Amino acid sequence: MNPIVQMEQVTKHFGKQEVLKGISLDINEGEIFGLLGPSGAGKTTLVKQLVGLEVPSTGKNKVFSIVMPSLDVISKIGYMAQSDALYGELTARENLQFFASLYGLNGARQKERIQACMEIVQLNDHTDKQVSNYSGGMKRRLSLAIALIHEPKLLILDEPTVGIDPVLRKSIWESFYELKKQGVTIIVTTHVMDEADKCDRLGMIRDGHLIAVGTPHALKESMNSTSLEDAFLSYGGGN
Amino acid sequence: MRVIALVKRILKQIVRDKRTMALLIMAPILVLTMLHLVFNGENYKPKVGFVDLPTALVEQLDDADEATVNLYETTDEAQTALKERDIDGYVSRSGTSLQLTLEGSDPTINGATMKWLQESLKSLNPDSSAAMLEVNYLHGSSKMSQFDSFGPVLLGFFIFFFVFLIAGVSFLRERTTGTLERLLCSPLRKWEIVIGYVIGFGIFTMIQATIIASYAIYVLGMMMEGAFIYVLVITLLLSLTALTLGVLLSAFANNELQMIQFIPLVIVPQIFFSGLFNLETISDYLSWVGPLTPLYYGADALRNVMIRGYGWGEISFDLLMLAGFSLLFMILNILALKKYRSI
Repeated sequence: MNPIVQMEQVTKHFGKQEVLKGISLDINEGEIFGLLGPSGAGKTTLVKQLVGLEVPSTGKNKVFSIVMPSLDVISKIGYMAQSDALYGELTARENLQFFASLYGLNGARQKERIQACMEIVQLNDHTDKQVSNYSGGMKRRLSLAIALIHEPKLLILDEPTVGIDPVLRKSIWESFYELKKQGVTIIVTTHVMDEADKCDRLGMIRDGHLIAVGTPHALKESMNSTSLEDAFLSYGGGN
Repeated sequence: MRVIALVKRILKQIVRDKRTMALLIMAPILVLTMLHLVFNGENYKPKVGFVDLPTALVEQLDDADEATVNLYETTDEAQTALKERDIDGYVSRSGTSLQLTLEGSDPTINGATMKWLQESLKSLNPDSSAAMLEVNYLHGSSKMSQFDSFGPVLLGFFIFFFVFLIAGVSFLRERTTGTLERLLCSPLRKWEIVIGYVIGFGIFTMIQATIIASYAIYVLGMMMEGAFIYVLVITLLLSLTALTLGVLLSAFANNELQMIQFIPLVIVPQIFFSGLFNLETISDYLSWVGPLTPLYYGADALRNVMIRGYGWGEISFDLLMLAGFSLLFMILNILALKKYRSI
């Protein structure tokens, strides 16, 4: 398998505060990779580096074998931030149209993509509603639809299912598997253990250190624990 | 094209936000109407030119501290000085009586000059009344009101103020809601964001300026000697400056309230140098600030067109300065966006 993301000895500090401490990580094509860790562990800083919004203090990030940030690579990544970056005054369709045109998607193709993405997040009945009237969960799903609009080969999702009920969460994960089948690589950050269990591989982050990488099964096995939660705690304790 | 997508989105947002749109258009109209109804008018030391007057008369008139007197050989010289605004008016002989020619664009100055001359003449010769004085105007007329004189400055100021505030706040929101970050995760270039904002708001500002200027001129009857199109060009450039400055300063504000805090720091001082108050009575410690403020040029150009009826020749320098300010602020904006994405 080809690594689609390569992080090489990446550190990041804001002033004196060190947020990422020497992270090296390869993420392979076509896998769903979960970044698991408590709030403030550095997950968001890490993914922001992968989308080009942050630059490492030392080390480098390569995405599609190109050192980030690079505008060519940026257009191949779908990113969903932790906060819903939506224009409340506009309808869902107008939001999607706007972002689609930023990626050069226009006309019939744009229409088709909007329809398809809204179906994935099950919002197709609310396409022409003004976003300020959306509920929290609907906004989250619309953000996801926007991240999908230009059919990115790499999808980076920062806590995508916060505020989404279990039924919908399940269906969203089904769509992740569907995308994976189409060859899309997905990176998700989460602090929810049962969600982490659904990933192909996991990276556990704590205080800016990458404390363990492996399949959920292997991580549990190596710590002799039945749940990821226990495994996470034992890794953290052993550090 | 990506810029067009951005422009379309901004226009849609403005149209959806009815209240903001109303503020941009109605607030200046309301304030101008109130000023029109309210305004009245202070002590000024006139600068007067004397053309070929008897030496005795000049000596007697020149002794007072109340006016600055310049001497000219011919009427043409005085006329040139008047056009350059070196003097507020000049006194010349016309047959047996005296003739006063005023620059005329500021009623306060007209009044002060006339009053000084009439009083000085009276003290020289208590018998003859001031009736022997004949008054002419280079611009304006005796009918020009305070509102006509301040109107162009206020028109420029309100457009500047509201565009600054609304463009600043909408860009601030783009930052605080995370949409700016989202834009920078797309292939949109930094300059495209800035240009998109300039065009999007520029289109709206054109409409705003047309409505407000037409209202002031055709409904309130503000004095209008020059061509309307010049007024539009000036207000457009002035609002571009306001827009780019607003967007730039929004980078230093964390919320809407902090944006409002820039008003007393950045907007209000510009009023002092806009020509609303006489620039020559400002203390030397401060007077150098004027040429650094965009409104200084905008207001000067608007007065030149609306009161003096001038055209390209006289306003091109002001327009150039405004365009320069916009360009400078745009470049700084692009540099400020580096904080969010280094490329």
